[in-house]
Amino acid sequence: MSAAPLTTAPLTTAVLRASETGADRSLTRRLLRNPLGLTAIVLLGLIVLLSVLAPWIAPHDPNHVDLAVAFDPPSATHWLGADSAGRDVLSRLLTGGRLTLLGAAIGLTVAVVVGLVSGLVAGYYGGWFDTLSDLSTSLVMALPNMMILLAIRVVVGPSLWITMAVFGLLISPSIYRLVRSGVRQVRGELYVDAARVSGLSDARIIARHVLFVVRAPIIIQAAIIGGIAIAIQSGLEFLGLGDQTVPTWGVMLSEGFGNLYIAPLLILWPGLAIALTIGSLVLFGNALRDALEDKPAAPRLRGGVARQSTATATATATADDDVALSVRGLTVGYPTTSDALKTVIESVTFDVRRGEILGLVGESGSGKTQTAWSVLGLLPRGAVVESGAIVHDGVDLLADAGRTQRGLLGRRIAYVPQEPMSNLDPYFTVGHQLVAPMRKHLGLGRAEARDRATQLLAHVGIPDPVRTMKAYPHEISGGMAQRVLIAGAVSCDPDLIVADEPTTALDVTVQAEILDLLRSLQAERGLSMVLVTHNFGVVADLCDSVVVLRGGQVVEQGPAAALLSAPQHPYTRDLLAATLDGTAPRSVSDAAYAELEAAR
Amino acid sequence: MTDTLPSVENSHTVENLLTVENLVVEFPGRRRRAPFRALKGVSLDIAPGETLGLVGESGSGKTTLGRAILGLAPVTSGSITFEGRPLVGLGRAQRRAAGRDVQAVFQDPYTSLNPAMSIEDILTEPLTVQGVAGRDARARVRELLDAVGLPADAGARRPNEFSGGQRQRVAIARALALRPRLIVCDEPVSALDLSTQARVLDLFIDIQRRTGVAYLFVSHDLMVVRHISHRIAVLYRGEIVELGSGEQVTDAPEHPYTQRLLAASPVSDPHEQRLRREQRWAQAARAS
Repeated sequence: MSAAPLTTAPLTTAVLRASETGADRSLTRRLLRNPLGLTAIVLLGLIVLLSVLAPWIAPHDPNHVDLAVAFDPPSATHWLGADSAGRDVLSRLLTGGRLTLLGAAIGLTVAVVVGLVSGLVAGYYGGWFDTLSDLSTSLVMALPNMMILLAIRVVVGPSLWITMAVFGLLISPSIYRLVRSGVRQVRGELYVDAARVSGLSDARIIARHVLFVVRAPIIIQAAIIGGIAIAIQSGLEFLGLGDQTVPTWGVMLSEGFGNLYIAPLLILWPGLAIALTIGSLVLFGNALRDALEDKPAAPRLRGGVARQSTATATATATADDDVALSVRGLTVGYPTTSDALKTVIESVTFDVRRGEILGLVGESGSGKTQTAWSVLGLLPRGAVVESGAIVHDGVDLLADAGRTQRGLLGRRIAYVPQEPMSNLDPYFTVGHQLVAPMRKHLGLGRAEARDRATQLLAHVGIPDPVRTMKAYPHEISGGMAQRVLIAGAVSCDPDLIVADEPTTALDVTVQAEILDLLRSLQAERGLSMVLVTHNFGVVADLCDSVVVLRGGQVVEQGPAAALLSAPQHPYTRDLLAATLDGTAPRSVSDAAYAELEAAR
Repeated sequence: MTDTLPSVENSHTVENLLTVENLVVEFPGRRRRAPFRALKGVSLDIAPGETLGLVGESGSGKTTLGRAILGLAPVTSGSITFEGRPLVGLGRAQRRAAGRDVQAVFQDPYTSLNPAMSIEDILTEPLTVQGVAGRDARARVRELLDAVGLPADAGARRPNEFSGGQRQRVAIARALALRPRLIVCDEPVSALDLSTQARVLDLFIDIQRRTGVAYLFVSHDLMVVRHISHRIAVLYRGEIVELGSGEQVTDAPEHPYTQRLLAASPVSDPHEQRLRREQRWAQAARAS
């Protein structure tokens, strides 16, 4: 019984986050469906019930001494036998449970009240209280808890209640830390801002929005703390430091140990009771955590990306020398809980000619990103290419389970992502991230690769390439990061670049510069490019041809100039009409509205 | 009808709804670094029923200005007055009471609604503060859902059952619940699809015409701001560099930064876009 169990494992943020989205009813259902959780709940309920009812159901007075039956084995009158003073073991066990649980409850209440209140205040308001409470909890956590409890016993005597209250205080930091981090996390959420703007008082915001999020983690932590409280309490009593006049499980354990050779069963019953209670508490905590982290059953995976029918590939692959990338009848689906695949792109067909920039345009859910990912072999696990072919420079990319495709990535086919910052590793310098692929793919030496990378950075318009090489991603702006990624994309001389919304995360003035950069790189290297975007302005600026997607299907395709000026399909027309280019200023639309109203 | 609609000419003759004067917002620097000055003395005003567009790039301070008006960002100096009453320098409870007529619609419709609450609970929340409850609150919720074009049975569902555009409608309904006189809209259509964006913008305009609410409409998109705003302020590095009517700022911008912004905004007509691009290059050549 060292101080080790006093420090409980911190709960993951996943638990905190999961509890936000939780629908309560299904949570309880998930908890009860877990056999371990159900067992723990039933056992705990039984133990609490028996303990609460102890005064009424105990067959004997737990302190009634009858030396005539001392050390009697189990019998009809004493179901679990009698102890060294002839007291009924069953009655003492029931009453002991009542006292033991009450002691643990006191400790738990103190810990939760102190930890919750201070955690809420520190997390929500921050400031000096946060600093102060952080300091004092660190101090408490550094104290050897067992020593404090022993010292308390010396000062105030063997009192179960005071010992447990002090224990609660000592363990409250574990609740405090949990609550504080949870609160700090939700405090930044926009819905908390919205509640403040709605005029809700702080108390109300905490009760409605904040407490809800930390509720489940606190229950888990409380279950664990409850178990520790019982263990600590029994440990102290076992050592003979408890109040020997009160029949708790610990006192019984201590007594049974003293008479181990005369009546070995005496140590079994309290030991069993303690083990069962603590065990159920821990299992309950685990089950609750599992229930919170349990997402709706994940669909069965079919093992990576696989094309189901290969027959179409060779049959339709065009042998046109002028075509850099040919996508033919591409259909991709995701497994669902039922056996059917949910198709996200269907029979998508287009060609990218050499030196051409093709725009894939559509709204969210149109399948434009799925198409780009298929070309890059970046489809998430579980995605199935149901049919179709992707042919790059005469080579079927989907042959031999994507091995050919992977071999071409980085060298012949490069990628420019949407979020420049999250696509650079924060732990490595920009230079390192540019040099590594060149050394691998081009077999360059370190110095040679560094020179080339520095030249490339200068080429993509980075003002101080030598310094940028040594910089970490957080030291450069978003626009610079996108230039770095573009430099990386062209570093191994690809002939095809797939850019997924490359300017969406950037400011318009930076967007214009990046589009200029892509245009000049394309012209000077004769690159082919697939540009995924939702922005018709970007298409008009950069693309030679366009494919308009909706709901996974190609709606319309053709040369950019023709398609944008004279769209054929009603959907394309609607989309173009929804752009605000040349929209009437408010004064004009207001005047028109007023005229309309007057006419009515 | 025309005379109830504020136009640029008369917007300064009517009494201002909101006045911001020399607003400075600083965020404390980490460790010993100097504090970061997000707003460097910004002044503007909004008339009743008017939309003031606030345009700028990331880091320009446009979101900070909106949050300062909402009482969500610290004001270092300067004043914010709403209907003649100061909004700065009040205690928490006083600030809440004074700011009741100023509501907000935020950018991200996914995190601005508590995922654990039903739509009805989200919409009644502001009402409970006013002591409106029970049948009255439910009736108001139906009214609000109707006003933003959501079905009446939407109240029982949770935010994750709705698309981005529908969620933003819920957020607009929540902002309208207290019948505010000013709504601060922080990039409310930026996260939406093109067609949804146009519909939600028109909903904003429609609501303004029906209720006479004023908007401070924050956006990075010059054309979005042109569509909805009577006047436009251009914010650059914490300062307003240009403030004028919607036409003037978006058709004939005076400040070089606004000119740059306009030239950089791409249009969907390839021919016109080429002209814009050449104009931008010419500007850049002149600047260097």
